[in-house]
This record gives sequence, structure tokens and C-alpha cells, in this order.
Amino acid sequence: MALVEIREVHKSFERETERVDIFTGLSLDIEQGSFTALMGPSGSGKSTLLNMIAGLDRPTRGVIRVGNAEVSSMSSAQLAGWRSQHVGFVFQQFNLLPVLTAFQNVELPLLLTRLSKTERGERVKIALGVVGLQDRMHHYPRQLSGGQEQRTAIARAIVADPTLVLLDEPTGQLDAKSSQEVLNLLTRLNEEFGKTILVVTHDAHAAERAKRVLHLDKGTLLEREEALP
Amino acid sequence: MKFFPLLLANLGRHKRRTILTMLSVALAMFLFASLRTVVTTLQRTGEFGGANRLVSMSASGFMVFLPVSYANRLQAIPGVDKVTWANWFGGRYGDGKRFFANFAVDADSYLAMYPEMSVPADQKEAFLRDRSGALIGARLLDVFGWRVGQNVTLIGTGYPGDWTLTIRGVYTPTDPAISDDALMFHWDLLDERSGRRGDAGWYILQIDNPGNAATVARAVDDMFRSSSAPTKTGTEQAFNASFATMWGNVSLLMNTIGMAVVFAILLVTANAMMMSARERTSEIAVLKTIGFTDGRLFVLTMLEAGLITVTGAVLGLGAAKLLYKASNFNAMGFLPGFDVTTSTLLLGAAIALVLMLASGIMPALRAARLPVVQALRTVE
Repeated sequence: MALVEIREVHKSFERETERVDIFTGLSLDIEQGSFTALMGPSGSGKSTLLNMIAGLDRPTRGVIRVGNAEVSSMSSAQLAGWRSQHVGFVFQQFNLLPVLTAFQNVELPLLLTRLSKTERGERVKIALGVVGLQDRMHHYPRQLSGGQEQRTAIARAIVADPTLVLLDEPTGQLDAKSSQEVLNLLTRLNEEFGKTILVVTHDAHAAERAKRVLHLDKGTLLEREEALP
Repeated sequence: MKFFPLLLANLGRHKRRTILTMLSVALAMFLFASLRTVVTTLQRTGEFGGANRLVSMSASGFMVFLPVSYANRLQAIPGVDKVTWANWFGGRYGDGKRFFANFAVDADSYLAMYPEMSVPADQKEAFLRDRSGALIGARLLDVFGWRVGQNVTLIGTGYPGDWTLTIRGVYTPTDPAISDDALMFHWDLLDERSGRRGDAGWYILQIDNPGNAATVARAVDDMFRSSSAPTKTGTEQAFNASFATMWGNVSLLMNTIGMAVVFAILLVTANAMMMSARERTSEIAVLKTIGFTDGRLFVLTMLEAGLITVTGAVLGLGAAKLLYKASNFNAMGFLPGFDVTTSTLLLGAAIALVLMLASGIMPALRAARLPVVQALRTVE
């Protein structure tokens, strides 16, 4: 069953006086519980596609549906509410708030819920436990390694138990060891917790972990290979 | 409340800048409260005056004397209950750096007409009995370290010579508009020693019915219109107001400076808020990605501005209220009862609110309208 349905999506923008077409009729299904890697050269539209699925950007034309929500036609406020419940987003540069501890960073999405402080605390501890950082919860980002920061960002992405986890170059800033830790974590989230994962990456190791690898080039999507078992 | 730690964390990001901005607001509010209190004190002083008291002075001005013989004639005017008079002495004490009002009064009738000046009965009696006695405001005890029974020497300016007086009593005003920073002594002594016999500076008349004030004042002025020393009579309130209106331009100046200070601080605060918001472009984008709505980010940014301005306002207004109260400030008697009023505090709070809105609106709108993809692209 497709969790994400992308139908005939067009996306273009103006660069100075020139109109640049990123997608012209892109269609794609992403199955629930899948682990998909999206690869491609810089400027091919990977991040734009990720942003449109997350409702951070809008297609010029076409339909994007995630679950029962037609993301492409929702208002800004509706999208914000929907994202807080259904999407976890991880950035290449971690993007933790430097003035908050790991615990407080992970708690941020839960501030938008009706959970009590105690309930929020329990959930944060669980999420930090999943990423193996329960002993670092009171550390500030500057006191964490790159890998730990990214794992904290992943904990923030999953703490609200979203349907879909989107990652934009999650290992782009990490050394090999930290990259492996993050990839192991993503595999576990997918296999053990059943999370649907879509990761934009240049990293071949990251792509190896995915069950499905898509290659995007000049707005065209190619199914490169079927995932390894 | 659950967003409060986030607000505090953001304010703590640049502690020095936040503290300096808060102190700027506090200073602005302190100055505003101080300047406005000058205005309100002057206004209240101008409004002071018993409804049943008239002041009669020379039609040529405050510094021109009237004959003391007018007293009996004034007393005879229908509607006049009591009459007293006083002369400005204008002496200085010591090096004269500390000014205080000092004047000669017809002691018995003067104290009878001013129940707002509370004097212990034994001290009042002692003052009335001693022709070289003086009655002083309670503040002067602290200012000069004087005590009852002490001799003090005033150096006359309008009335040359050394004038040694014995402090016989201390008065405490029951109305804050009356200065507690003055010295009074017997007009008889002044009359006798000055060599200018029979001069009265101004008369104060107590009338039986405040409703007759205009009639009585007209009767007084009509009585002396053709004399060599015509009078100008009005209510005590008008008399005091005439002094206050001498400060008219000062009031305008005070209000103008106060608003200029607030406006300058508005720019400082707005600039600090804008800098803070600009530095956090990526974080705002992240919060939007997480699910924070534009409206929520608008409110959070406004609340940040609010925390700065409210804290600054509480510090500044609170300091003004407490400091002037604790120090019993009265500008050497020129501003008796100098106290930050509730209306000033409320106006200060309203200005703080405007300051919050004005300084927070731009960064808040910026946060709310920030295109998240563009912001993320800037970061990435």
C-alpha cells in the first residue's frame, strides 16, 4: 500500500529572468514501511522533492498525497499541524537548537501536542533511548559529537511517532563510524519500528541500506535497483 | 507555559545583549517616570490650596509689599473669617549650597489658618512664645542635622545681616503638596529688625464660604483699587498655580524629553530584536519544519520582546517608585511630595506594551513570513 503518492507533479521556479523546470510530470509511489534512498547529482531536485513531500514546498502543478492527506492542497497552517503529527525531518547539518539541551531539542515536537510534561518527558527518554543517547540528554549540542548530534536530530524526528521519516543527506557531515551508527539506526527504525523512511543521499553506503534506490536526474526518476533483502 | 523554557533559552543566547537591552528599557522607563513625576508634582502643587482660602498680593507683583495695615480692613470685609500674612525672607544657611524656603509669618494667625501643618502642641506653644523662634519642616532636621532648641543663623539677602533663630518646633505636612523643606519665623522680628516697618509680602484670607470666593476677591481688590498699593486677589489654588505655570515650558520639555528617550530606546530594542531574529533564521525554519505554525512563531517572537520590555519596565518603574520613596526626594523643596503616581506607573506600563508591540512586530512578522525552504537552503 502506497503511503506517499506523487502524481504528475510539475515544479518550476524563476531564476533571474529564466524559468527553470525541475519536474515535469513526476509520478512516484512510496510504500508504507519502505526504506527508500533517493540519489542523484546536485541540482537534480532531490531536496525539492523531499520538501514537497513534507509540505515545506509546493508543486507548481500535480498532486502529492501522504496517507489520507492531500499535502499539495493544504494551507500553511494545516501543513504545520499535519507535519507535527506525521512527518519527522532530519537535516544534513543536524540543525539542533544550540541553546537547548538534547532533551529539550527532542521535546520540541511534543510541545505542539496536548501531552503533559511527564508524558513528554517519558517519550523523550524513550526516543533518546532508541538512538542510544539517554546518558547525554542534558548535554547541549556543542557538547556532543557530530554523530551524537545527528542521532539527537533523529530522536527529535521520531519522538512524535510520525508516519514518515524524511532525511536530507543525514550522513553528509559525519565520519565513517558515525555514518554507520546513523545508518544502523535508520535500518532499525525501519525494520524494528516499521517506520517509512525516505533518505536523500550521495552516500553509496547509505543507499546500500535502503530496500529501494531511486535515481533522480534532470527531473526524471529512474528505479536503479531493487533493494537487497 | 510549556514554551517558557524555549523563550528563556532564546533570551539567554546572548546574555549580555539581552541584559543590556533590558537595562536600556529600564533606564528609559526610570527616566520617563522621573520626568513625568516632575510634571505631576508641579501640577499637583498648582492644584493645592484650601477651597476657602484666598491670597491677596500687590497688583504690581509678588515682590512688591503691601501695608500691614491692610489686615484690619481685610478682616472687616463681609465673608472673611481670618486674615494672616507672610514675607519672603530668602536667607541662606552656611555656604548656601542647600536651598530651602524661609519666610516670616504672623505666627499665631498663620498656624491657625494651616491645619495641614501638624505641629506638636508643646512645640507650637514654644514657637509662639519666642519672638526669635523658628518653626522648621521635618526634612530640615535630616538635611542639616538640626535639633529642637538649636540656634541657627541665616544670612539675610533681601534683609541684610545675620539672623540667629532658635528652632522651637518641627512641622509635618499632612498634605504632600506642602513642602516639609521650609523654615518660618516671626514676622514681628523681621518687622522690628529690618528697618522696613509695616511691610507685608502677601495676605491669606480664610473665607466663610468657598462659593463666595469670587465676590470676596472682588471686594478686596475694589477696596484698594484707588490706593497707593492696589491688590490682586485670587484663590490660593490660583496663586499656587501661577507658580506652577512658570514651569509650563518645563513641563512640555519634560514630556518631550521623556518621549524622546522612550523612542530612542524603542529603536535600540527593535534593533536588538531584529538582530536576534536574523541570527535565528535557520532555527525558525527548523521549528517550522517540526510543525510550529506561522502564528505560533509570531506569538513566541512577540513574547520574547515582551519579556525584555516587561522586565525592563518593571525594573525601571519599580526603581523610580521605590528610590524616590525611600530617599524622600523633593528637589530641595521645589517639588514637595515627589512621588511616582499610580497613573504614571500605568502610563509607563502602557508605554512598555507599545514598546513591546513596536519592537517585536517586525521580527515577529519576519519569523512568521519566513519561507522555510529558502531559509533551509541558506543554511544548507
